[in-house]
Amino acid sequence: MPERLDVLKTYKLFIDGKFPRSESGRSIEVKDRKGSVVAHASHASRKDLREAVEAARRAFPGWSGSSALLRGQILYRAAEMMEGKRAELAQALTAGRGSTGSRQAQAEVSLAVDRLVHFAGWADKFSQVLGCHNAVAGPYYNFTFAEPTGVVCVVCPPVPPLLSLISLLAPVLCSGNTAVVIADAADPLSAAVLAEVIATSDFPAGVCNILTGDLDELVPFVATHRDIDGVHAAGLSGDLAKTLRAGVAENIKRTVVHSEVEWDSAACESPWWIEPFLEMKTVWHPASA
Amino acid sequence: MTGSPPDVMLPRPSVSVDAVMAAQRAAEFTKRSIKKDAKVAGLLMALSMLDLTTLEGKDSVEKVRGLCRKAVRPWDRDEAVLGYRLPSVAAVCVYPALVGTCVEALGPDRRVKIASVATGFPSGQFPLEVRLDDTRRAVADGADEIDMVINRGAFLAGRHDEVADEIREVKRACRREDGSFAHLKVILETGELETLDQVRRASDLAIRAMADVDFETGIPAPGTPDFIKTSTGKVQPAATMPVTLVMLEAIREWHAATGRVVGMKPAGGIRTAKQALHYLVMVNEALGPVRVDGFDGCPWLTPDYFRFGASTLCNDILRQLAWLKSGRYQAGYDFSEA
Repeated sequence: MPERLDVLKTYKLFIDGKFPRSESGRSIEVKDRKGSVVAHASHASRKDLREAVEAARRAFPGWSGSSALLRGQILYRAAEMMEGKRAELAQALTAGRGSTGSRQAQAEVSLAVDRLVHFAGWADKFSQVLGCHNAVAGPYYNFTFAEPTGVVCVVCPPVPPLLSLISLLAPVLCSGNTAVVIADAADPLSAAVLAEVIATSDFPAGVCNILTGDLDELVPFVATHRDIDGVHAAGLSGDLAKTLRAGVAENIKRTVVHSEVEWDSAACESPWWIEPFLEMKTVWHPASA
Repeated sequence: MTGSPPDVMLPRPSVSVDAVMAAQRAAEFTKRSIKKDAKVAGLLMALSMLDLTTLEGKDSVEKVRGLCRKAVRPWDRDEAVLGYRLPSVAAVCVYPALVGTCVEALGPDRRVKIASVATGFPSGQFPLEVRLDDTRRAVADGADEIDMVINRGAFLAGRHDEVADEIREVKRACRREDGSFAHLKVILETGELETLDQVRRASDLAIRAMADVDFETGIPAPGTPDFIKTSTGKVQPAATMPVTLVMLEAIREWHAATGRVVGMKPAGGIRTAKQALHYLVMVNEALGPVRVDGFDGCPWLTPDYFRFGASTLCNDILRQLAWLKSGRYQAGYDFSEA
C-alpha cells in the first residue's frame, strides 16, 4: 500500500449558505502557541462583509417571518450538530494559540452547546416575557409585541473563540434577526468549523454568515454600514470601541459592546441579551362591548 | 410611396454566429478595471441611459407618477450627499394605459421621454389589427417611443416575411399626423429564440424592416433612431452579454453597409451597477471606434442610441455613487422605490 497523502481541510468563509474563499484572495496563517503554522484560514475583506450583509438582508423577511417554534427547532438542531462535531471543534480550539489544553477545549465546547440549547428554548418564550399587555383608560386592548430588529453584526473576541461566538450569536438569531459574524483572525478555526454546523442545521441561506478576519480592518466598515441595524460585540480594544461608537451613531444602530464578560457564567444566558435587538411594536385593538 | 429603394442588401441568410467565441468575447468585457473617476463617469452615463420601467399588472396611476418623479430627479438627496445634481434618466417605460399619466406628470417640455410597450405586450399573441390599434392609441396619447414585441411564433415557424410585414405595419402606425415618427424599439425576446444564429437573423430582419419604412418615407441616413431590444423582462433568460454582443454586431454591420444608425436596448436581468459598466465596456469596444457622419463621438455611447431597460438598476447605481462619495455602504431604504 502506498502511503496516503494528507487530506487537509480548507477553512473558508460562510456567506449566503455557501463556502467561498475571500474575494481578496488573502489568507490568515493560524499558529499554535509555539508559533508554527497549523492551518490557513480565509482573511475576509470589506467586500466579503458587503456580500454577507446583502445575503443577511435578503434572508431577513423569511427568517423573521418564520414561526418561533421553527427557529427554536433549528437552533436546537445546530446544538445537536455541534455535539456531533465535538471532536473537530475541540481540535480546532486546541490548534490555535487561544486555548491551552484539550480538557479546557472540551469544556468550552460543552458550554457552547448548552448555551445554544438555552437560547433555542428562548425562541418561543422571549416575546411573552418581553412583550406585554398594557393597561389603558378606554375600551381597548393594548399590546406590545417584541419584533426582531434586522441585520445584526456579531463581533467576537479572540478568547474564548467558540463560547463567545455562540453567546453573542444565539440571542440575536433566536428572536428572528439575521447575523453576520466576524471572528477574530487570532483564533478563527472554531468559527470556520461552526459554519459547517450552521450549514447542516436547516438555517435558510444567509440567516447566519460567518467571516474570519481582522477586526481592526472590518469594524470601521461595520460601524458605518447603513444596512446593518445592530452590533453585538465583546472584548473590543478601546480605540476600536470608540470607532464603532462614532460610526453607529450615524444611522443609529442598536449597539451593545460587552466588556469584562465571564463567559461561563449564567449572566450570559439572560433574556436581556435578546432584548437589545428587538423593536417594540404597540397595537391598539378595540375591546368588544 | 416616396424615396428610392435600398441600394444595399444584407446577405441572406444572415451570417452565422460562433456561440463559444461570442460567450468568450462577452466574458472578456467583464474583466476591465474601472475605478474612481472613470467609474463615476460610467455610472452617470448608465444612469442617463436608463429606461426606468414598471410593467406590472398592479401598476397604478400613483406608482407611475412616483416613477416619473424619480425619472426626472433620480435621488432627491443628490446635492446633499454627492454635491451635484444627478442627470435625469432617458425615459420612463410603462403600459399604454398609463401613457396619459406620464404626459401629465412630466409636463409639456419634458426631457424624459415616454416609452410605451404596445402590440399586445408581452406575448404579442393578438390579432394584427388589435396590435396596430394598441400602437396608434399609445402614439396618440403622447408616447415618444413604442416598444413592440415581434411575433415569435411566426418567426420560429420560419414565417420571416410575416414578421417583417408586421414590423413595417407597426412602424407605419408609429407615424403621427404631422408626419414625424414615434421611435420604435423592436423586442426580439431573445430568451425564446433558442440560438444566437436566430438572434442574429431576427436582428437583421427587424433592422431591415424598420429601415424599409424609412426608405418608403424618404428619410435619409442616419434614419429614424429606432432600436432593437433584447427582451420583455417577462421571460428568462432576459438580456445576456453574448446576446447583446450579437445584436451590436448586427447594428455595426448594418451601419457599415448603409450608413444608417440603429440603437440597442438590453432589457431585463441587468440589476447591478457593475453589470451596467460591463455593458458599457462592451458597447465601447464593439462600436466605440465606429465614426458616423454628423456625430461628434460614438452615437451608441449616448442615450439617443443606447438604453438600459431596468427597474432595480437605478437604485444600485445610486447606491454605488453614494458609496464612492462617502465611503459608507448604503441601505436599501436610503432610496425611493418607484
